[in-house]
Amino acid sequence: MFDIFLDDAPALVVVLPLLISAIIAFMPSKIWPWIISIITLLLHLFLSLHLLKEISVSGLIIYEFGNWEPPWGISFKIDGVNIGLQLLFSIFVLVSTFYSRKIFLNEIDYRDSGKAYSLWLLAVGSLNGIILTNDIFNLFVFLEISALASISLIALGAGQNRKALLAAFNYLIIGAIGATFYVIGVGFAYAMTGTLNMNDLVIQLAQYSDGQLAIFAGMSFMLIGLMVKAAIFPVHIWLPPAYSYAPSAVSTLLAALATKTILYFFVRLLYEVFIIYPSYLSLFLDFVLYPLSLLAIFVGTVIAIYQDDIKKLLAFSSIAQIGYITLAFSLKDHSGVASGFVHIFNHALIKGGLFMAVGYFAILYKDRVTLNSLKGFGYKYPITSFALLICGLSLIGLPLTNGFISKLYLFQALYTNQMYFSIALVAVSSALAVVYFWKIVEQMWFSEIKFKSEKEDAYIYLPIWIITISIIVFGLYSTPIIEFSNLSADYLISGYQN
Amino acid sequence: MSNSFLIILGIITPLFAALFSYVCRYNNNLRDSFGIIGGLITFVISLKIFHGIQNNEVFQITFFTLFDGVDFAFKVSTLGSIFSLVASSLWILASIYTIGYMRGAGEKNQTRFVIFYSIAIHAALAIAWSGNLLVLFIFYEILTFSTFPLVGHKQNAESQSAGRLYLSILVGTSLIFFLPAIFWIWLETGTLDFQDGGILINKFPAENLSFLIAMLVFGIGKAAIMPIHRWLPAAMVAPTPVSALLHAVAVVKAGVFSFLVVIIYIVGPDFLLQTKSSDWLVWLACFTIMASSIIAITKDDLKARLAYSTISQLSYIILGAALASSLAIKGASFHIITHALGKITLFFCAGAIYVTAHIKKVSDLKGMGYKLPLIFFAYTLGALSIIGVPPFIGSWSKFYLIMGSIEREFIIVAIILGISSLLNIYYLLQPVVIGFTQNSKKEIKLIKAPLTVWPPLITGLGCLVFFFYANYFLNNISGVIVN
Repeated sequence: MFDIFLDDAPALVVVLPLLISAIIAFMPSKIWPWIISIITLLLHLFLSLHLLKEISVSGLIIYEFGNWEPPWGISFKIDGVNIGLQLLFSIFVLVSTFYSRKIFLNEIDYRDSGKAYSLWLLAVGSLNGIILTNDIFNLFVFLEISALASISLIALGAGQNRKALLAAFNYLIIGAIGATFYVIGVGFAYAMTGTLNMNDLVIQLAQYSDGQLAIFAGMSFMLIGLMVKAAIFPVHIWLPPAYSYAPSAVSTLLAALATKTILYFFVRLLYEVFIIYPSYLSLFLDFVLYPLSLLAIFVGTVIAIYQDDIKKLLAFSSIAQIGYITLAFSLKDHSGVASGFVHIFNHALIKGGLFMAVGYFAILYKDRVTLNSLKGFGYKYPITSFALLICGLSLIGLPLTNGFISKLYLFQALYTNQMYFSIALVAVSSALAVVYFWKIVEQMWFSEIKFKSEKEDAYIYLPIWIITISIIVFGLYSTPIIEFSNLSADYLISGYQN
Repeated sequence: MSNSFLIILGIITPLFAALFSYVCRYNNNLRDSFGIIGGLITFVISLKIFHGIQNNEVFQITFFTLFDGVDFAFKVSTLGSIFSLVASSLWILASIYTIGYMRGAGEKNQTRFVIFYSIAIHAALAIAWSGNLLVLFIFYEILTFSTFPLVGHKQNAESQSAGRLYLSILVGTSLIFFLPAIFWIWLETGTLDFQDGGILINKFPAENLSFLIAMLVFGIGKAAIMPIHRWLPAAMVAPTPVSALLHAVAVVKAGVFSFLVVIIYIVGPDFLLQTKSSDWLVWLACFTIMASSIIAITKDDLKARLAYSTISQLSYIILGAALASSLAIKGASFHIITHALGKITLFFCAGAIYVTAHIKKVSDLKGMGYKLPLIFFAYTLGALSIIGVPPFIGSWSKFYLIMGSIEREFIIVAIILGISSLLNIYYLLQPVVIGFTQNSKKEIKLIKAPLTVWPPLITGLGCLVFFFYANYFLNNISGVIVN
């Protein structure tokens, strides 16, 4: 009986959270929605592990919905590119859901608990759909579901600060523009090729071997739409307010995973589909993505230095970190793509850990966490503070943390491509990261105010420490992350086509 | 006791000292005694390792692989054994001195101070014994971060801004120049291990070597070559035990030690001599020596003067490394010992004067020589050693450096070294002259702090005594260079 479930594992990882989300939406209890979510996500993790096992045997799974054969039906594709991300996604979502309970209870009305977890699972399911889908229109659907779920989750922060509504509205409008761009691009592609399936698209596009203006226009629309969604500089403006005014648990989920999944799809589109027009691809990578990444790295870091609000500071740092990832992806070779994936994994952990710790501080402080409000927190809440310290050191990229591994591979990729200017910029930007991070440390440990240590909630610091320890473990033993990233790059760069 | 166990024990002893100090934080005497005990243990271990290295024993331990070709490993080199010997022996004296100083000056937060002091020593020892460049880098950063609380100890606006400057320069340069340089070496050679004769020869493009040397010398900001020297005078706001042990011995010596190690075991002196890629650095070092000596003359604050003197003396070592001839490297390596011994004496004395008489300025020292004869005696011994007057230990390293520059036919450098000694005489002995010749009308109340007097006397006499036993170290140092 169990096999029936396992056969449908690719669909279930997406459908299960979506289904459960509908069930718990109107549950009046404040604990049951959380318990059901946890059970759902445990199941989700189990299914992801099963997928990993399948992939290690077969190397590729194409799941056809309703047994409609692609290109007519919708299909999911699981291969070396996304299996690593799927696993990370599953684990991180479970940990952050565990973390979210006490945070939600503090930040939103407990009667909204059911709705909050319903939206939460909706976001989880749709983001997972982005990872698995093999259909460009289906992607649009998931993009929209995840955007609407995220926007509603962000708006839940209005109980704490009314600006959350503005942030959510901003995201709604800008996100809608991005999605529109994307769907226009899809329209172009469909008009020209009559297909929406990515594998089929590659085959159909081959007939326009020289390329056509309509194709290029469509591709550009799609890419720009995705760039808006992935918050690539300079179309990132929705991100900082959205992350900083959302309830803390939501910021954690969004910061760690939302942009990462879209970045993953972005690179997949580039290297799996658009690779058949190498001149267009290199034009886009060299003259659009590459300079924008450098700007993102520099501008994001500098703006972060001048932030007083800690969550905003972290959000701007995310802009810079997304810049690192896109910089790596713009390199057009195996080492570049692999190092981009390495940073996707590592940064998800680092930023997730940081947002978790700061989110807890927000609850303890009962107000927005600014630099000033952190005074003496290092003594007051040592367990969480210490986790924050380790995550921060990893963000800077010091050895023995996973941030260092990211930097190492990024440097290697840049060096093999002889991009010395970028190396210098990355080095300078990582030194500037010390400035904004040390401002936090200074307030926490070296201000004149002293506190006796207070009791911290194990339900909250346990998940934070799970992430923190994983940061150290992957800093010392980076093989799993490197293997998964190399696998992704192998599939993408070898021009792997089904 | 096996050799690898000895390394682990030596590295973790300071950590345990820190831990025990924290556990016994309510009993001041017990808390402060762990510094001395830890110092004694690490000193014995360092001595054992030093002798072992002389007898061609191998001290090595590998924990795990960090990434391709780079392990988390320790391996003691000849130079490392000398550095650890210096750091651990002076830690004993500095711990005794710290007790006298901190209590005499009534500093707050003494527990935090003692803890971070021990952690800094831990990092310095790990740097000394590191097996490859990345491990060295890791502990280099730990040393920076662990000394930050010591620099900002007073927690007022001045020490806070000094702490920020300290951290931003040291961490900034290490992340912008040092780490990329390490990556570069790794990408070209596939390893970062320290090997006799270096790892770069035949693997690294010779035309880029000058650039790599520049990245290293500016990246290792602790070596305080101009223009990356601003952090050192700023760090003088720290309590004097910090200035004495850390900013005269552990931190700055870790800087020049790292640079020497890179030159000897990574780049290889032969490769440097072939390509002459470090000749430009000779001139930059000379400039730093002269410029900081001149700035030192203008400083009235005794600690600031000593700080600039330190910058100048550190460049002697960089100069020796840049010359890369065997005599010059011998001199540079030996200068780590001689300058440490001399400069810690001077800082101990500056602190003792501050604690007993609350004087910071040279011009206020009028007549103090008669009131604090022992301190001034010790100060004079240290100063003479740094100036390089025989029979003080400092004369040896200067001798070898001058020989080294003549060997490389840099006659002007030899002359500059001579002029610098003259400047040393002026700014280091001026306090003594003022102390004994001019009379002050002011009545100064003296506070007794005997524990701050004995350590400088011991180190000062050490400068004299070790002149006669210099061969003991010098023979050992010859093993540093494989030609």
